[in-house]
Amino acid sequence: MAISGFETHVHDVLVVGAGGAGLRAAIEARARGASVGLVCKSLLGKAHTVMAEGGAAAALAHVAPDDNWKVHFRDTMVGGKLLNHPRMAQLHALEAPDRIRELELWGAVFDRTADGRISQRPFGGHTYPRLAHVGDRTGLEMMRTLQDKAVHSDVDVYMECTITHLITGPGRIMGAFGYWRVTGEPVLFPAKAVVLATGGIGKAYEVTSNSWEYSGDGHALAYLAGAELIDMEFVQFHPTGMVWPPGVRGLLVTEAVRGEGGILRNKDGERFMWKYLPEDRRQEYAATDEEAERWVEVTAQGRSSEARRPPELSTRDNVSRAIYTEVKEGRGSPHGGVYLDISYLPAEHIRRKLPSMFDQFKELADVDITRGPMEVGPTTHYVMGGVRVDAETGATTVPGLFAAGEVAGGMHGANRLGGNSLSDLLVFGARTGAGAAAYAARNAASAYVDPSQAYRAARQLSAPLEREDGEDAYAIQRDLQAMMQSLVGIFREEADLREALGRLTDLETRWQSIKVTGGRMYNPGWNLVFELRNLLTVSRAVTLSALQRTESRGAHSRVDYPEQDDRNWGVINSVICRGPDGAMMVARSGVPPMASELRGLLGAAH
Amino acid sequence: MPDAHLKVFRGRPGEPSEFVDFDVPVEEGMVVLDALHWIQGHRAPDLAVRWNCKAAKCGSCGAEVNGRPSLTCKTRLSDFDLDEPITVEPMRAFPLIKDLVTDVSWNYAVNRTITPFTPPENLPQEQWRWQQRDVDRVQEFRKCIECFLCQDVCHVLRNHETERAFMGPRFLIRVASLEMHPIDQVDRRQYLKDSGGIGYCNITKCCTEVCPEHIKITDNGIIPLKERVADAYYDPLQWAWRKLRGREATGAGTELPVLPAPVGAPPPPAAATTPTDATATESAPAQTAEPAAAGTGPARPPRRVRTTKSARQTAGRKDAARAPRGRRDGGAG
Repeated sequence: MAISGFETHVHDVLVVGAGGAGLRAAIEARARGASVGLVCKSLLGKAHTVMAEGGAAAALAHVAPDDNWKVHFRDTMVGGKLLNHPRMAQLHALEAPDRIRELELWGAVFDRTADGRISQRPFGGHTYPRLAHVGDRTGLEMMRTLQDKAVHSDVDVYMECTITHLITGPGRIMGAFGYWRVTGEPVLFPAKAVVLATGGIGKAYEVTSNSWEYSGDGHALAYLAGAELIDMEFVQFHPTGMVWPPGVRGLLVTEAVRGEGGILRNKDGERFMWKYLPEDRRQEYAATDEEAERWVEVTAQGRSSEARRPPELSTRDNVSRAIYTEVKEGRGSPHGGVYLDISYLPAEHIRRKLPSMFDQFKELADVDITRGPMEVGPTTHYVMGGVRVDAETGATTVPGLFAAGEVAGGMHGANRLGGNSLSDLLVFGARTGAGAAAYAARNAASAYVDPSQAYRAARQLSAPLEREDGEDAYAIQRDLQAMMQSLVGIFREEADLREALGRLTDLETRWQSIKVTGGRMYNPGWNLVFELRNLLTVSRAVTLSALQRTESRGAHSRVDYPEQDDRNWGVINSVICRGPDGAMMVARSGVPPMASELRGLLGAAH
Repeated sequence: MPDAHLKVFRGRPGEPSEFVDFDVPVEEGMVVLDALHWIQGHRAPDLAVRWNCKAAKCGSCGAEVNGRPSLTCKTRLSDFDLDEPITVEPMRAFPLIKDLVTDVSWNYAVNRTITPFTPPENLPQEQWRWQQRDVDRVQEFRKCIECFLCQDVCHVLRNHETERAFMGPRFLIRVASLEMHPIDQVDRRQYLKDSGGIGYCNITKCCTEVCPEHIKITDNGIIPLKERVADAYYDPLQWAWRKLRGREATGAGTELPVLPAPVGAPPPPAAATTPTDATATESAPAQTAEPAAAGTGPARPPRRVRTTKSARQTAGRKDAARAPRGRRDGGAG
């Protein structure tokens, strides 16, 4: 059908993004009777979720019988420096086991325990072995399972379609506008409810483990439609990405390398992590090289050790800061990283435990990790911040607009634990799909789309193609990434952040005059224009939030405010919203109150 | 370091297409996809390339590099003699969209016809137990990243040798992952035989050679499936037993779409030697009594893909030993 001359597809629920969260939301909304459209920028099954390696955290208690949702909840809150939305962390811990079992029911084949159940592996910050996994390709297994479930659930999938605008009506969402990447033709999706499941923002940075799709689309679409973003200063830099060769810079080196005993050294051969352990957690770590070595030896045999863990297994935020500092102070490796060495272990053991890392370094860097060290450095990995949502339903502050997965904020607080993302996608994907379907059922009147908004969106879409002359989108992207990397990276300070705001204004001005050549058909340069709008939007949100938070907490480190300031910031979320004049505003709001029984679970940790 | 010289296919259906030369500055460790990104960022912003992860995990960036189906994110420039041009062109088996991007939607249509995992109704999930060794094989098949290079290299699909549908190695492996699941309840053998066209595979193993995940597609997947089909339909005892006791057969009678022939496929660059060697031997079904179907006559005959032997002959491939060993024995399973 066509509305106002546009190709049109009408649904009860439109899901934007087809990674883990989007697929799970689509499946749930369809199961509850809604007609569902699922839009993705790429081909189905290529979303960023396929890159997740380690596993999905769920207190199944298959390996550690003492594990339960309460311990998982506490670990998550402690990891997030208590900024997490407590109800989200609770629902996540409670429901993750059911969501994992459900995947098995739909055909996922997880690694097994000796007694034939789903196996679980240990990971940083989790008290017990908790990650259901499939070797080092857990995300791919989840994606294939969800993809096939969705395909056989009568969900309409629109592949290689970019959503550029949300259509709003009086006080609610009315649908979305986008274009087919293959033909360049515009397309309209009237819908009673729209679910954003667009992932993260890693492409705002030069060095990232994220794919090209991670351009903050959902963050920006929600913000532009009037929704609030929270916690945007919290960007997780994974400590170990590849730094060499240049083409693979940022590519992830799994935490499991350190879990298996990988040692970090600087160019002088110094095991520098000893210097960076936080004093209040010092007793959790080995005292000497010998004790650390004993831990590795015993753990490799699958037994628990009386020795304490090596200093390399400190939290992600701390290890990233340590590596950054070593490099900055001139003790880095030739290519600006540090050395991660596991070659002191038997070669056969390394190849068995870390097969994809072995291949990755062999094939892409000519490095045999069984014979010599890897060069690694921090890489932009995940954004804890996102669209503010209702814990039960995933509803944003705009009626009819929902969000799930990485694009949603609150679940992970100031720092995410490894393994909690895949379970987040499942738990809140399902809840949000249900929430959107229920909203659509309550608002049964057929969606009406204001044609003037669609016409305006179409004009904006065409403008860069019609200019005589102008800026190059790729050049703006390179400048943005370099600026964010140097001024809003791991360590921040007021002068840099203020300079970043000025540079963002310049980049926004340049964005206004982008000229695109080559026409509408499958034109990546044209697609980049709207991704840049989104990247500029989230970059400003990150910078403003980082400037406002005058403390260091979790993934947010201020050189000028190096201490965690619980008195002023301990229960405060940053909030980004659009002011009445259209300019971006930053504010603060209290972390949602914690039920007293939950507070009790934090115990000594609080 | 010297520049690399890339000859990149540019064009779209119905318009004149060409190979365009680009000189790309080379950094250590660069892969072909890096070179394509450099071209996008500095010379041809509208160059159509599909890619996502750049880490060999999503399977989006498949193309034919010097004639060999490859993931461009895993193909290093240092594998080539940089004095010679490196040719990059789209996967030939699929209809062209633009430049290096092809229409792979046919694969998604085939996937939809496969009956999904069906657990037993009378065995509650709490009681499911299976050992790691019982799922190792299934997990091998589930490593597939759906790059469709195996579909591209398969001569049956590439040369459009059949009028009837053939699902191709990717989906034979997909069926194998279901058929070999410890508790799946569905019998997909008739579907494999009648709809999927498993008989058309004559085990040249080209798919295994190009698989970036190193899945032993033919040996571990297709041949065992062929044996199961042969047992069920060509062994009288088994046939009778199946009639009496067999699992529920599903998907039988499903009609698969036939892969459309590409239109406007580009002429190869430089030395236009175009062997159209879809021989009768190669297109003959290996096992079933299906007649060898005639080619459907694409607009232009696609070039035969260079794997193995022909890859070694390919000028510019410095390290021929890296190319996997090949067989074209055409032997039946």
